[in-house]
Amino acid sequence: MIATRALYSDVIRERWRRPRFRGELPGATAVAEDVNPLCGDRVRLMLRLDGVRIVAAGFVGDSCAICTASADVLAELVVGRPAAEARAVAAGDLLAVLQADIRPTRMRCVTLPLSVLAQALNGGGA
Amino acid sequence: MRLHEITRGDFPVLGRVVNGHPLVYLDSAASSQKPRTVIEAMSQYYARSHANVHRSIHTLGEEATELYEGARDRVQRFIGAQSREEVVLTRGTTDGLNLLADALCAGLAPGDEVLITEMEHHSNIIPWQLAARRQRLALRAVPVTGSGLLDLDALDRLLSARTRVVAFTHVSNVLGTINPVAEVCARARRAGAVTVVDGAQAAPHLALDMSLLGCDFYVFSPHKMLGPTGIGVLWGRRERLEALEPTRGGGEMIKEVWLDRAQWNDLPWRFEPGTPPIAEAVGLTAAVEYLEKLGMDRVGEHERALTRQALAGLAALPGVRVFGPPASVSRGAVVAFAVEGLHPHDVAALLDAEGIAVRAGHHCAMPLMHRLGVVGTARASFSVFNAPDEIDHLVRTVADLRSVL
Ligand SMILES: Cc1ncc(COP(=O)(O)O)c(C=O)c1O
Repeated sequence: MIATRALYSDVIRERWRRPRFRGELPGATAVAEDVNPLCGDRVRLMLRLDGVRIVAAGFVGDSCAICTASADVLAELVVGRPAAEARAVAAGDLLAVLQADIRPTRMRCVTLPLSVLAQALNGGGA
Repeated sequence: MRLHEITRGDFPVLGRVVNGHPLVYLDSAASSQKPRTVIEAMSQYYARSHANVHRSIHTLGEEATELYEGARDRVQRFIGAQSREEVVLTRGTTDGLNLLADALCAGLAPGDEVLITEMEHHSNIIPWQLAARRQRLALRAVPVTGSGLLDLDALDRLLSARTRVVAFTHVSNVLGTINPVAEVCARARRAGAVTVVDGAQAAPHLALDMSLLGCDFYVFSPHKMLGPTGIGVLWGRRERLEALEPTRGGGEMIKEVWLDRAQWNDLPWRFEPGTPPIAEAVGLTAAVEYLEKLGMDRVGEHERALTRQALAGLAALPGVRVFGPPASVSRGAVVAFAVEGLHPHDVAALLDAEGIAVRAGHHCAMPLMHRLGVVGTARASFSVFNAPDEIDHLVRTVADLRSVL
Protein backbone atom coordinates (compact mmCIF):
# COMPACT_ATOMS: atom_id res chain seq x y z
CA MET A 1 0.00 0.00 0.00
CA ILE A 2 1.30 3.41 -0.90
CA ALA A 3 2.00 5.80 1.95
CA THR A 4 -0.30 8.58 0.77
CA ARG A 5 -1.09 9.92 4.24
CA ALA A 6 2.30 11.56 4.46
CA LEU A 7 1.79 13.25 1.10
CA TYR A 8 -1.86 14.11 0.86
CA SER A 9 -4.00 15.00 3.83
CA ASP A 10 -7.60 13.82 4.01
CA VAL A 11 -8.66 17.38 3.16
CA ILE A 12 -6.62 17.34 -0.05
CA ARG A 13 -7.91 13.93 -1.05
CA GLU A 14 -11.50 14.94 -0.35
CA ARG A 15 -11.24 18.26 -2.21
CA TRP A 16 -9.51 16.56 -5.16
CA ARG A 17 -12.23 13.94 -5.48
CA ARG A 18 -15.17 16.22 -4.80
CA PRO A 19 -14.26 19.87 -5.23
CA ARG A 20 -17.10 22.14 -4.16
CA PHE A 21 -16.29 25.16 -6.28
CA ARG A 22 -15.12 23.56 -9.50
CA GLY A 23 -17.02 24.63 -12.59
CA GLU A 24 -17.85 27.61 -14.74
CA LEU A 25 -19.42 30.59 -12.96
CA PRO A 26 -22.13 32.26 -15.04
CA GLY A 27 -22.20 36.02 -14.72
CA ALA A 28 -18.66 36.28 -13.36
CA THR A 29 -17.48 39.88 -13.04
CA ALA A 30 -13.79 39.21 -12.42
CA VAL A 31 -11.83 36.46 -14.12
CA ALA A 32 -8.14 35.59 -14.33
CA GLU A 33 -6.07 32.63 -15.44
CA ASP A 34 -2.44 31.70 -14.91
CA VAL A 35 -0.03 28.87 -15.51
CA ASN A 36 2.63 27.29 -13.34
CA PRO A 37 5.65 27.35 -15.66
CA LEU A 38 7.22 24.42 -13.83
CA CYS A 39 4.51 21.91 -14.58
CA GLY A 40 2.12 23.61 -16.99
CA ASP A 41 -0.74 23.57 -14.49
CA ARG A 42 -3.43 26.05 -15.38
CA VAL A 43 -6.07 27.56 -13.12
CA ARG A 44 -8.86 29.97 -14.08
CA LEU A 45 -10.65 31.66 -11.23
CA MET A 46 -14.03 33.34 -11.69
CA LEU A 47 -15.60 35.72 -9.18
CA ARG A 48 -18.90 37.50 -8.99
CA LEU A 49 -18.79 40.75 -7.01
CA ASP A 50 -21.76 42.82 -5.95
CA GLY A 51 -19.64 45.96 -5.97
CA VAL A 52 -17.73 45.34 -2.79
CA ARG A 53 -18.27 41.79 -1.73
CA ILE A 54 -17.43 38.51 -3.48
CA VAL A 55 -20.77 36.74 -3.67
CA ALA A 56 -19.76 33.69 -5.69
CA ALA A 57 -16.57 31.96 -6.86
CA GLY A 58 -15.64 29.09 -9.13
CA PHE A 59 -12.56 27.68 -10.82
CA VAL A 60 -11.64 25.44 -13.72
CA GLY A 61 -8.33 24.20 -15.01
CA ASP A 62 -5.86 21.40 -15.36
CA SER A 63 -4.13 20.98 -12.07
CA CYS A 64 -2.77 18.46 -9.61
CA ALA A 65 -4.48 17.39 -6.41
CA ILE A 66 -2.70 19.98 -4.26
CA CYS A 67 -3.40 22.86 -6.64
CA THR A 68 -7.03 21.81 -7.11
CA ALA A 69 -7.58 21.50 -3.37
CA SER A 70 -5.90 24.85 -2.82
CA ALA A 71 -8.13 26.55 -5.42
CA ASP A 72 -11.19 24.94 -3.88
CA VAL A 73 -10.29 26.06 -0.35
CA LEU A 74 -9.45 29.55 -1.61
CA ALA A 75 -12.83 29.86 -3.34
CA GLU A 76 -14.53 28.87 -0.10
CA LEU A 77 -12.48 31.33 1.96
CA VAL A 78 -13.20 34.35 -0.23
CA VAL A 79 -16.91 33.95 -0.83
CA GLY A 80 -18.82 36.42 1.31
CA ARG A 81 -15.81 38.61 1.93
CA PRO A 82 -15.10 42.13 0.69
CA ALA A 83 -12.42 42.18 -2.03
CA ALA A 84 -9.94 43.93 0.25
CA GLU A 85 -10.24 41.14 2.78
CA ALA A 86 -9.99 38.43 0.13
CA ARG A 87 -6.76 39.97 -1.04
CA ALA A 88 -5.29 39.40 2.40
CA VAL A 89 -5.72 35.62 2.27
CA ALA A 90 -2.22 34.14 2.38
CA ALA A 91 -0.57 30.78 1.76
CA GLY A 92 -0.58 30.13 5.50
CA ASP A 93 -4.38 30.36 5.59
CA LEU A 94 -4.66 27.76 2.84
CA LEU A 95 -2.12 25.45 4.47
CA ALA A 96 -4.03 25.65 7.74
CA VAL A 97 -7.14 24.31 6.03
CA LEU A 98 -5.30 21.79 3.83
CA GLN A 99 -3.54 20.35 6.90
CA ALA A 100 -0.70 19.03 4.80
CA ASP A 101 3.04 19.09 5.01
CA ILE A 102 3.80 20.57 1.60
CA ARG A 103 7.32 20.22 0.28
CA PRO A 104 9.10 23.29 -1.12
CA THR A 105 8.96 21.87 -4.68
CA ARG A 106 5.16 21.81 -4.49
CA MET A 107 4.51 25.11 -2.73
CA ARG A 108 3.82 26.71 -6.10
CA CYS A 109 0.90 24.27 -6.44
CA VAL A 110 -0.58 25.86 -3.30
CA THR A 111 0.16 29.46 -4.28
CA LEU A 112 -0.87 29.46 -7.96
CA PRO A 113 -4.57 30.04 -7.11
CA LEU A 114 -3.52 32.94 -4.85
CA SER A 115 -1.73 34.75 -7.65
CA VAL A 116 -4.69 34.12 -9.94
CA LEU A 117 -6.97 35.65 -7.29
CA ALA A 118 -4.76 38.74 -7.06
CA GLN A 119 -4.88 39.10 -10.86
CA ALA A 120 -8.65 38.70 -10.94
CA LEU A 121 -9.15 41.35 -8.25
CA ASN A 122 -6.78 43.70 -10.04
CA GLY A 123 -8.84 43.33 -13.16
CA GLY A 124 -6.06 41.52 -15.01
CA GLY A 125 -5.97 38.15 -16.71
CA ALA A 126 -8.23 36.65 -19.30
CA MET B 1 24.59 -12.09 -17.45
CA ARG B 2 22.24 -9.14 -17.88
CA LEU B 3 23.92 -5.76 -18.04
CA HIS B 4 22.59 -4.41 -14.74
CA GLU B 5 24.22 -7.29 -12.88
CA ILE B 6 27.57 -5.97 -14.07
CA THR B 7 26.88 -2.26 -13.60
CA ARG B 8 24.80 -1.78 -10.45
CA GLY B 9 27.74 -1.92 -8.06
CA ASP B 10 29.44 0.87 -10.00
CA PHE B 11 26.81 3.50 -9.11
CA PRO B 12 27.20 4.70 -5.51
CA VAL B 13 23.83 6.50 -5.51
CA LEU B 14 21.98 3.22 -5.94
CA GLY B 15 22.77 2.48 -2.30
CA ARG B 16 20.40 5.25 -1.24
CA VAL B 17 17.19 4.71 0.60
CA VAL B 18 14.46 7.20 -0.37
CA ASN B 19 11.34 7.58 1.77
CA GLY B 20 12.14 4.26 3.39
CA HIS B 21 12.58 2.39 0.10
CA PRO B 22 15.64 1.52 -1.97
CA LEU B 23 15.99 4.13 -4.73
CA VAL B 24 14.55 3.09 -8.10
CA TYR B 25 15.93 5.73 -10.44
CA LEU B 26 13.86 5.97 -13.62
CA ASP B 27 14.71 9.54 -14.65
CA SER B 28 17.91 9.15 -16.66
CA ALA B 29 16.39 10.98 -19.63
CA ALA B 30 16.42 14.13 -17.48
CA SER B 31 19.88 13.35 -16.12
CA SER B 32 21.52 10.01 -15.56
CA GLN B 33 23.37 8.85 -12.47
CA LYS B 34 27.17 8.60 -12.46
CA PRO B 35 29.45 5.59 -12.09
CA ARG B 36 32.25 5.75 -9.54
CA THR B 37 34.89 6.06 -12.28
CA VAL B 38 33.40 9.38 -13.42
CA ILE B 39 33.13 10.76 -9.90
CA GLU B 40 36.67 9.68 -9.04
CA ALA B 41 38.24 10.92 -12.27
CA MET B 42 36.88 14.39 -11.58
CA SER B 43 37.91 14.52 -7.95
CA GLN B 44 41.36 13.13 -8.84
CA TYR B 45 41.71 15.87 -11.41
CA TYR B 46 40.90 18.56 -8.85
CA ALA B 47 43.10 16.93 -6.25
CA ARG B 48 46.16 16.54 -8.51
CA SER B 49 46.17 18.31 -11.85
CA HIS B 50 43.96 21.36 -11.92
CA ALA B 51 45.18 24.44 -13.79
CA ASN B 52 43.87 26.48 -16.69
CA VAL B 53 44.29 25.01 -20.14
CA HIS B 54 46.16 26.16 -23.24
CA ARG B 55 47.85 29.10 -21.58
CA SER B 56 49.90 27.83 -18.68
CA ILE B 57 53.46 26.77 -19.40
CA HIS B 58 53.91 24.70 -16.30
CA THR B 59 53.45 21.05 -15.46
CA LEU B 60 49.91 21.26 -14.13
CA GLY B 61 48.82 23.47 -17.01
CA GLU B 62 50.18 20.92 -19.45
CA GLU B 63 48.47 18.05 -17.65
CA ALA B 64 45.15 19.88 -17.61
CA THR B 65 45.44 20.74 -21.30
CA GLU B 66 46.26 17.16 -22.16
CA LEU B 67 43.27 15.89 -20.19
CA TYR B 68 40.93 18.45 -21.73
CA GLU B 69 42.06 17.79 -25.29
CA GLY B 70 42.04 14.07 -24.54
CA ALA B 71 38.29 14.29 -24.00
CA ARG B 72 37.92 15.67 -27.50
CA ASP B 73 39.83 12.72 -28.98
CA ARG B 74 37.77 10.28 -26.99
CA VAL B 75 34.51 11.86 -28.19
CA GLN B 76 35.77 11.95 -31.77
CA ARG B 77 36.17 8.17 -31.75
CA PHE B 78 32.95 7.61 -29.80
CA ILE B 79 30.83 9.39 -32.41
CA GLY B 80 32.81 8.45 -35.50
CA ALA B 81 33.87 11.99 -36.37
CA GLN B 82 36.40 12.47 -39.19
CA SER B 83 38.72 14.66 -37.17
CA ARG B 84 39.14 16.20 -33.74
CA GLU B 85 38.64 19.67 -35.24
CA GLU B 86 35.00 18.77 -35.78
CA VAL B 87 34.36 18.29 -32.06
CA VAL B 88 33.51 21.52 -30.21
CA LEU B 89 33.04 21.29 -26.45
CA THR B 90 30.17 23.48 -25.24
CA ARG B 91 28.15 23.68 -22.01
CA GLY B 92 25.36 21.34 -23.09
CA THR B 93 22.77 20.60 -25.74
CA THR B 94 20.92 23.86 -25.08
CA ASP B 95 24.14 25.81 -25.34
CA GLY B 96 25.07 24.10 -28.61
CA LEU B 97 21.65 24.74 -30.14
CA ASN B 98 21.78 28.42 -29.16
CA LEU B 99 25.24 28.70 -30.67
CA LEU B 100 24.03 27.13 -33.91
CA ALA B 101 20.83 29.16 -34.12
CA ASP B 102 22.81 32.38 -33.61
CA ALA B 103 25.57 31.53 -36.05
CA LEU B 104 23.53 29.84 -38.77
CA CYS B 105 20.78 32.47 -38.82
CA ALA B 106 23.06 35.51 -38.62
CA GLY B 107 23.48 35.73 -42.37
CA LEU B 108 19.92 34.84 -43.38
CA ALA B 109 17.52 37.19 -45.14
CA PRO B 110 13.98 38.12 -44.05
CA GLY B 111 11.56 35.48 -45.30
CA ASP B 112 14.12 32.67 -45.22
CA GLU B 113 12.72 29.60 -43.51
CA VAL B 114 13.76 27.44 -40.57
CA LEU B 115 12.05 24.10 -40.15
CA ILE B 116 11.73 22.36 -36.78
CA THR B 117 9.26 19.67 -35.68
CA GLU B 118 6.31 19.37 -33.34
CA MET B 119 8.21 16.93 -31.11
CA GLU B 120 11.11 19.22 -30.17
CA HIS B 121 12.35 20.01 -26.70
CA HIS B 122 12.09 23.73 -25.90
CA SER B 123 15.84 23.98 -26.33
CA ASN B 124 15.40 23.18 -30.02
CA ILE B 125 12.49 25.62 -30.38
CA ILE B 126 13.26 28.80 -28.48
CA PRO B 127 16.74 29.51 -29.93
CA TRP B 128 15.18 29.36 -33.44
CA GLN B 129 12.25 31.54 -32.33
CA LEU B 130 14.70 34.14 -31.04
CA ALA B 131 16.73 34.02 -34.25
CA ALA B 132 13.58 34.13 -36.37
CA ARG B 133 12.37 37.22 -34.57
CA ARG B 134 15.75 38.92 -34.91
CA GLN B 135 16.18 38.14 -38.61
CA ARG B 136 12.50 38.08 -39.54
CA LEU B 137 12.63 34.44 -40.64
CA ALA B 138 9.66 32.12 -41.03
CA LEU B 139 9.68 29.30 -38.48
CA ARG B 140 7.67 26.21 -39.42
CA ALA B 141 7.19 22.82 -37.80
CA VAL B 142 6.85 19.33 -39.26
CA PRO B 143 3.79 17.70 -37.64
CA VAL B 144 3.76 14.43 -35.72
CA THR B 145 1.44 11.65 -36.92
CA GLY B 146 -1.17 9.95 -34.73
CA SER B 147 1.24 7.11 -34.08
CA GLY B 148 3.96 9.45 -32.84
CA LEU B 149 6.17 9.52 -35.93
CA LEU B 150 7.43 12.47 -37.95
CA ASP B 151 5.12 13.11 -40.89
CA LEU B 152 7.61 12.75 -43.74
CA ASP B 153 5.06 13.65 -46.42
CA ALA B 154 4.48 16.91 -44.61
CA LEU B 155 8.24 17.39 -44.44
CA ASP B 156 8.37 17.25 -48.23
CA ARG B 157 5.55 19.75 -48.51
CA LEU B 158 7.21 22.12 -46.03
CA LEU B 159 10.68 22.01 -47.57
CA SER B 160 11.08 24.82 -50.08
CA ALA B 161 13.71 26.74 -51.94
CA ARG B 162 13.70 29.16 -49.00
CA THR B 163 14.36 26.52 -46.32
CA ARG B 164 17.79 27.30 -44.90
CA VAL B 165 17.91 25.15 -41.77
CA VAL B 166 16.18 21.93 -40.69
CA ALA B 167 16.62 21.28 -36.95
CA PHE B 168 15.13 18.16 -35.39
CA THR B 169 15.59 15.67 -32.62
CA HIS B 170 17.15 12.26 -33.16
CA VAL B 171 15.11 10.66 -30.38
CA SER B 172 12.02 12.26 -28.79
CA ASN B 173 12.35 12.78 -25.02
CA VAL B 174 8.60 12.14 -24.64
CA LEU B 175 7.48 9.73 -27.35
CA GLY B 176 10.71 7.79 -27.61
CA THR B 177 10.41 8.03 -31.38
CA ILE B 178 13.70 7.41 -33.20
CA ASN B 179 13.62 9.69 -36.22
CA PRO B 180 15.12 8.57 -39.54
CA VAL B 181 18.01 11.05 -39.44
CA ALA B 182 19.68 10.03 -42.70
CA GLU B 183 16.37 10.15 -44.55
CA VAL B 184 15.38 13.59 -43.23
CA CYS B 185 18.87 14.95 -43.87
CA ALA B 186 18.89 13.65 -47.44
CA ARG B 187 15.61 15.42 -48.18
CA ALA B 188 16.78 18.61 -46.47
CA ARG B 189 20.03 18.55 -48.42
CA ARG B 190 18.16 18.23 -51.71
CA ALA B 191 16.30 21.40 -50.74
CA GLY B 192 19.63 23.06 -49.98
CA ALA B 193 19.13 23.29 -46.21
CA VAL B 194 21.67 22.83 -43.43
CA THR B 195 20.72 20.11 -40.92
CA VAL B 196 21.02 20.29 -37.12
CA VAL B 197 20.26 17.21 -35.03
CA ASP B 198 19.49 17.29 -31.30
CA GLY B 199 21.11 14.08 -30.05
CA ALA B 200 20.42 14.60 -26.32
CA GLN B 201 18.27 11.46 -26.06
CA ALA B 202 20.20 9.44 -28.63
CA ALA B 203 23.84 9.66 -27.57
CA PRO B 204 23.24 7.82 -24.27
CA HIS B 205 21.63 4.83 -25.98
CA LEU B 206 22.66 4.42 -29.62
CA ALA B 207 25.99 3.70 -31.25
CA LEU B 208 26.65 6.90 -33.22
CA ASP B 209 28.53 7.31 -36.46
CA MET B 210 28.57 10.82 -37.86
CA SER B 211 29.63 9.57 -41.29
CA LEU B 212 26.41 7.54 -41.57
CA LEU B 213 23.92 10.03 -40.12
CA GLY B 214 24.34 12.52 -42.93
CA CYS B 215 23.64 15.64 -40.86
CA ASP B 216 25.71 18.82 -40.75
CA PHE B 217 25.60 19.40 -37.00
CA TYR B 218 24.91 17.12 -34.03
CA VAL B 219 24.69 18.15 -30.36
CA PHE B 220 24.33 16.28 -27.08
CA SER B 221 24.72 16.49 -23.29
CA PRO B 222 27.14 14.18 -21.43
CA HIS B 223 25.12 14.50 -18.20
CA LYS B 224 22.46 12.29 -19.76
CA MET B 225 25.05 9.62 -20.60
CA LEU B 226 26.65 8.93 -17.22
CA GLY B 227 28.89 12.00 -17.43
CA PRO B 228 28.93 15.34 -15.60
CA THR B 229 26.70 18.40 -15.99
CA GLY B 230 28.10 21.63 -17.39
CA ILE B 231 29.65 20.29 -20.60
CA GLY B 232 28.24 19.59 -24.03
CA VAL B 233 29.33 18.29 -27.40
CA LEU B 234 28.75 20.01 -30.71
CA TRP B 235 29.90 18.09 -33.74
CA GLY B 236 30.00 19.91 -37.07
CA ARG B 237 31.02 18.80 -40.52
CA ARG B 238 34.36 20.50 -41.07
CA GLU B 239 33.38 22.60 -44.10
CA ARG B 240 30.22 23.73 -42.29
CA LEU B 241 32.17 24.75 -39.20
CA GLU B 242 34.77 26.52 -41.36
CA ALA B 243 31.99 28.55 -42.97
CA LEU B 244 30.46 29.58 -39.64
CA GLU B 245 31.31 32.99 -38.17
CA PRO B 246 31.70 32.84 -34.39
CA THR B 247 29.05 34.77 -32.45
CA ARG B 248 30.72 34.58 -29.05
CA GLY B 249 34.04 36.14 -28.27
CA GLY B 250 36.67 35.95 -25.56
CA GLY B 251 39.98 34.38 -24.76
CA GLU B 252 41.12 31.19 -26.52
CA MET B 253 39.00 31.73 -29.60
CA ILE B 254 41.44 34.15 -31.24
CA LYS B 255 44.92 34.04 -32.75
CA GLU B 256 45.73 37.69 -32.72
CA VAL B 257 43.84 40.68 -31.39
CA TRP B 258 44.06 44.37 -32.15
CA LEU B 259 41.84 46.94 -30.54
CA ASP B 260 39.52 47.10 -33.52
CA ARG B 261 39.71 43.59 -34.97
CA ALA B 262 40.91 40.06 -34.40
CA GLN B 263 41.91 36.94 -36.24
CA TRP B 264 39.97 33.85 -35.21
CA ASN B 265 41.69 30.80 -33.86
CA ASP B 266 41.63 27.47 -35.72
CA LEU B 267 38.87 24.92 -35.31
CA PRO B 268 37.61 23.82 -32.86
CA TRP B 269 38.84 26.50 -30.42
CA ARG B 270 37.24 29.25 -32.50
CA PHE B 271 33.95 28.23 -30.89
CA GLU B 272 35.27 27.74 -27.34
CA PRO B 273 35.75 31.21 -25.82
CA GLY B 274 36.83 31.47 -22.20
CA THR B 275 37.98 28.88 -19.70
CA PRO B 276 36.27 25.65 -20.67
CA PRO B 277 34.70 23.05 -18.35
CA ILE B 278 37.94 21.16 -17.69
CA ALA B 279 36.98 18.84 -14.84
CA GLU B 280 33.79 18.09 -16.73
CA ALA B 281 35.83 17.10 -19.78
CA VAL B 282 37.75 14.69 -17.56
CA GLY B 283 34.45 13.24 -16.37
CA LEU B 284 33.23 13.02 -19.96
CA THR B 285 36.25 10.93 -20.90
CA ALA B 286 35.54 8.57 -18.01
CA ALA B 287 31.85 8.30 -19.00
CA VAL B 288 32.70 7.46 -22.61
CA GLU B 289 35.26 4.92 -21.42
CA TYR B 290 32.65 3.32 -19.20
CA LEU B 291 30.08 3.09 -21.99
CA GLU B 292 32.63 1.79 -24.49
CA LYS B 293 33.72 -0.89 -22.09
CA LEU B 294 30.12 -2.09 -21.85
CA GLY B 295 29.68 -1.68 -25.60
CA MET B 296 27.02 0.63 -27.00
CA ASP B 297 25.26 -2.22 -28.78
CA ARG B 298 24.86 -4.03 -25.49
CA VAL B 299 23.80 -0.83 -23.72
CA GLY B 300 21.11 -0.22 -26.34
CA GLU B 301 19.91 -3.81 -26.23
CA HIS B 302 19.54 -3.74 -22.44
CA GLU B 303 17.61 -0.47 -22.47
CA ARG B 304 15.37 -1.58 -25.33
CA ALA B 305 14.45 -4.72 -23.37
CA LEU B 306 13.54 -2.59 -20.32
CA THR B 307 11.52 -0.23 -22.52
CA ARG B 308 9.57 -3.11 -24.08
CA GLN B 309 8.90 -4.53 -20.63
CA ALA B 310 7.65 -1.19 -19.27
CA LEU B 311 5.50 -0.53 -22.35
CA ALA B 312 3.86 -3.92 -22.19
CA GLY B 313 3.35 -3.77 -18.42
CA LEU B 314 1.94 -0.24 -18.29
CA ALA B 315 -0.22 -0.55 -21.42
CA ALA B 316 -1.92 -3.61 -19.93
CA LEU B 317 -3.11 -1.69 -16.85
CA PRO B 318 -6.70 -0.42 -16.87
CA GLY B 319 -6.89 3.38 -16.99
CA VAL B 320 -3.27 3.79 -18.08
CA ARG B 321 -2.39 5.36 -21.43
CA VAL B 322 1.10 5.12 -22.89
CA PHE B 323 2.33 7.59 -25.51
CA GLY B 324 4.48 7.19 -28.57
CA PRO B 325 4.91 4.67 -31.36
CA PRO B 326 3.69 1.09 -30.82
CA ALA B 327 6.06 -1.29 -29.08
CA SER B 328 6.75 -3.05 -32.38
CA VAL B 329 8.67 0.04 -33.56
CA SER B 330 12.19 0.48 -32.20
CA ARG B 331 12.09 3.22 -29.56
CA GLY B 332 14.35 5.23 -27.28
CA ALA B 333 14.59 4.42 -23.57
CA VAL B 334 11.59 6.49 -22.39
CA VAL B 335 7.98 5.63 -21.68
CA ALA B 336 5.57 8.52 -21.13
CA PHE B 337 2.26 7.53 -19.56
CA ALA B 338 -0.90 8.94 -18.01
CA VAL B 339 -3.10 7.48 -15.30
CA GLU B 340 -6.80 8.22 -15.66
CA GLY B 341 -8.12 10.51 -12.94
CA LEU B 342 -4.65 11.45 -11.70
CA HIS B 343 -2.54 14.45 -12.51
CA PRO B 344 1.02 13.55 -13.63
CA HIS B 345 2.52 15.45 -10.69
CA ASP B 346 0.53 13.38 -8.26
CA VAL B 347 1.61 10.22 -10.06
CA ALA B 348 5.26 11.24 -9.62
CA ALA B 349 4.75 12.25 -5.98
CA LEU B 350 3.01 8.98 -5.16
CA LEU B 351 5.72 6.95 -6.89
CA ASP B 352 8.37 8.94 -5.01
CA ALA B 353 6.73 7.88 -1.77
CA GLU B 354 7.70 4.36 -2.85
CA GLY B 355 11.26 5.36 -3.74
CA ILE B 356 10.59 5.45 -7.48
CA ALA B 357 11.92 8.55 -9.28
CA VAL B 358 10.10 9.46 -12.51
CA ARG B 359 9.65 12.78 -14.24
CA ALA B 360 6.26 14.45 -14.53
CA GLY B 361 5.08 17.50 -16.41
CA HIS B 362 5.45 18.85 -19.91
CA HIS B 363 9.05 17.61 -20.31
CA CYS B 364 10.00 20.93 -21.90
CA ALA B 365 7.90 19.97 -24.90
CA MET B 366 4.76 22.08 -24.52
CA PRO B 367 3.91 22.16 -28.24
CA LEU B 368 3.97 18.36 -28.24
CA MET B 369 1.73 18.31 -25.12
CA HIS B 370 -0.71 20.54 -27.01
CA ARG B 371 -0.58 18.11 -29.93
CA LEU B 372 -1.26 15.15 -27.60
CA GLY B 373 -4.03 17.09 -25.86
CA VAL B 374 -2.59 16.72 -22.34
CA VAL B 375 -1.10 19.15 -19.80
CA GLY B 376 1.67 16.75 -19.08
CA THR B 377 2.57 13.12 -18.59
CA ALA B 378 4.56 10.98 -16.23
CA ARG B 379 7.70 9.54 -17.80
CA ALA B 380 9.91 6.63 -16.84
CA SER B 381 13.31 6.40 -18.52
CA PHE B 382 16.02 3.80 -18.35
CA SER B 383 19.77 3.40 -18.24
CA VAL B 384 22.45 0.75 -17.99
CA PHE B 385 21.95 0.28 -14.23
CA ASN B 386 18.21 -0.40 -14.29
CA ALA B 387 16.99 -3.92 -13.61
CA PRO B 388 13.90 -5.75 -14.86
CA ASP B 389 12.59 -6.11 -11.30
CA GLU B 390 12.62 -2.31 -11.01
CA ILE B 391 10.29 -2.16 -14.01
CA ASP B 392 8.04 -4.76 -12.39
CA HIS B 393 8.02 -2.65 -9.23
CA LEU B 394 7.04 0.42 -11.26
CA VAL B 395 4.20 -1.39 -13.01
CA ARG B 396 2.88 -2.89 -9.77
CA THR B 397 2.96 0.47 -8.03
CA VAL B 398 1.24 2.29 -10.91
CA ALA B 399 -1.44 -0.40 -10.83
CA ASP B 400 -2.23 0.60 -7.24
CA LEU B 401 -2.26 4.34 -7.81
CA ARG B 402 -5.84 4.90 -8.82
CA SER B 403 -7.14 3.59 -5.54
CA VAL B 404 -5.09 5.84 -3.30
CA LEU B 405 -5.92 9.42 -4.17
C1 LIG C 1 15.63 16.04 -26.64
C2 LIG C 1 16.30 16.99 -25.72
N1 LIG C 1 16.88 18.09 -26.21
C3 LIG C 1 17.52 18.97 -25.42
C4 LIG C 1 17.62 18.80 -24.07
C5 LIG C 1 18.31 19.83 -23.25
O1 LIG C 1 19.49 19.35 -22.72
P1 LIG C 1 20.33 20.22 -21.69
O2 LIG C 1 19.37 20.65 -20.63
O3 LIG C 1 21.37 19.28 -21.20
O4 LIG C 1 20.91 21.37 -22.44
C6 LIG C 1 17.03 17.66 -23.51
C7 LIG C 1 17.09 17.37 -22.06
O5 LIG C 1 16.55 17.97 -21.20
C8 LIG C 1 16.36 16.75 -24.35
O6 LIG C 1 15.75 15.66 -23.84
